[in-house]
Amino acid sequence: MGVISSKLGNLGIVTTTLDEAVNWGRTGAMWPLLFGLACCAIEYMSTQASNYDLSRFGMELNRASPRQADLLIVAGRVSRKMAPVIRQLYDQMAAPKWVISMGDCASCSGVYNNYALVQGVDEIIPVDVYVAGCPPRPEQLIHGILALHEKVRGEHIKEWAS
Amino acid sequence: MVLQTPEKTGEVYKWEGSVEELKGLVTERAITGETMLLNMGPHHPSTHGVLRLLLELDGEEIVSCLPDVGYLHTGIEKNMEHKTYEKCVTLTDRMDYLAPMSNNLAFCLAVEKLVDLDVPERASIIRVICMELTRLNSHLVWLGTHALDMGAMSVFLYCFREREIILEMFEMLSGQRMMSSYIRPGGVWRDIPPEFLPALEKFLDYMPAKIDDYEKLLTNNPLWIDRTQGIGIIEPDVAMAWGVSGPSLRGSGVSWDIRKAMPYSGYEQYDFNVPVGEHGDVYDRFYVRILEMRESVNILNQAVKRLTPAGPFRSDNRKFVPPPRRELGQSMEAVIHHFKLWTEGFSAPDEEVFVAIESPRGELGCYLHGTGGNKPRRVHFKTPSFMHIAALPVMSKNHLIADLVGIIGSVDIVLGDCDR
Repeated sequence: MGVISSKLGNLGIVTTTLDEAVNWGRTGAMWPLLFGLACCAIEYMSTQASNYDLSRFGMELNRASPRQADLLIVAGRVSRKMAPVIRQLYDQMAAPKWVISMGDCASCSGVYNNYALVQGVDEIIPVDVYVAGCPPRPEQLIHGILALHEKVRGEHIKEWAS
Repeated sequence: MVLQTPEKTGEVYKWEGSVEELKGLVTERAITGETMLLNMGPHHPSTHGVLRLLLELDGEEIVSCLPDVGYLHTGIEKNMEHKTYEKCVTLTDRMDYLAPMSNNLAFCLAVEKLVDLDVPERASIIRVICMELTRLNSHLVWLGTHALDMGAMSVFLYCFREREIILEMFEMLSGQRMMSSYIRPGGVWRDIPPEFLPALEKFLDYMPAKIDDYEKLLTNNPLWIDRTQGIGIIEPDVAMAWGVSGPSLRGSGVSWDIRKAMPYSGYEQYDFNVPVGEHGDVYDRFYVRILEMRESVNILNQAVKRLTPAGPFRSDNRKFVPPPRRELGQSMEAVIHHFKLWTEGFSAPDEEVFVAIESPRGELGCYLHGTGGNKPRRVHFKTPSFMHIAALPVMSKNHLIADLVGIIGSVDIVLGDCDR
């Protein structure tokens, strides 16, 4: 990774592709939307708090406005009443944007197969990474975030620009 | 990757109805357009979940406040009608997700009352330990987020540091951090593991000093006092009329605690105080919870002393409680009981019971109606958060929007608890 080696002190000429440089930047500070639905939101708060410290990944800053957020973490069960709101929030986010479906309820509605819940948030918005668990441990969420970083590193800016 | 947006986006927040429909709910001035109607939530950083409030504002002053709940409605009560009593316990965890064990206990006490099942002494003590740890756990999240709403970031980080220790202990007990389902009809799932008590004792030595730290940050902090004292006052009789309970009611000076008034799980054998406030404002509700955390540590200390002798951790009534694993290899009867309980479940009579416990938020009641078969006919939970949201308009009248954030935090609502 050319960009990183230039940070190590050996300041020569660094060659890299634009894709790589942009994706490196995008994974460095992915600001999540300050948005929680249910139990998983509490584990998400734990992930951000002292012990798990999400700021290691440049993610300590939650934006309350979807206009300023890159990442939507759907943390919790999505009721039918809430579904249009989530779609609205997703539409309001500026591209490039990503979605992590945190927990069983958001991924497939978990233990509830009933009238009240949308059976997986992927029915209303596209999801990049699914994190299993009810609720997932903070380590699992961090694993999901790293998986998303991996995915972002493989993206091409052309695809977002079109 | 270009995403197709549906044609109807942008219409979600647009209110289809006319202001005329709100007649009787807002003042006449809103209908003439003199005051402003503002939507707060369901996506808002300070509504503690997905609460929506429709505010009528005169400048920045709240004239009326209409809460709109149901954004987290999960149909848990209906789902329970299709599950055996054992399986229902798993669903109760996910209602009030800051105090899963309280929900477990309310439901299990109701089942035990319905089928007339005794709980051994040791199980009751373990339950009390779980209850008080849950109370600490819930109050820590409340304190962290309440302070965060009011602009004090560091309290949040300290509270979550201590909370992780409690979650680790829950993990020792049940294998899960949050949704433990540890309390079961007839007792608890398994005996406490050997590493639990040393961890608990260490925590009890550690915790009082940390509560002192929180107090140092907030109790005498002039900024905190300015933002909280005299805000969101609710008179004791009004609070009771609106069904406010728990620390929020005690903040108004009413000494009503189910642990004292209608003791369950042997709470009558513990020596503890019920802290009450005086003015019924945001500060008093805050301080009552801080004192309650100290009382929880006190109760836990007593419970640890009582726990020492080993004994049965769940009822040995095989018709309701599965036999221990070691019996399965030796006893045919045990195999039959095990098979029956894990496939069909146990039957409960066609009667109705109501049990209330003191959850960290207030009075958590469970109404349970059996069918005579293995599944309940109706389960209903009387949850404190629902009552507290109903009382929000009373507390927030004539306050500023910035104060409303503090008032919402001070009644400690959890939307999962409210909407279920």
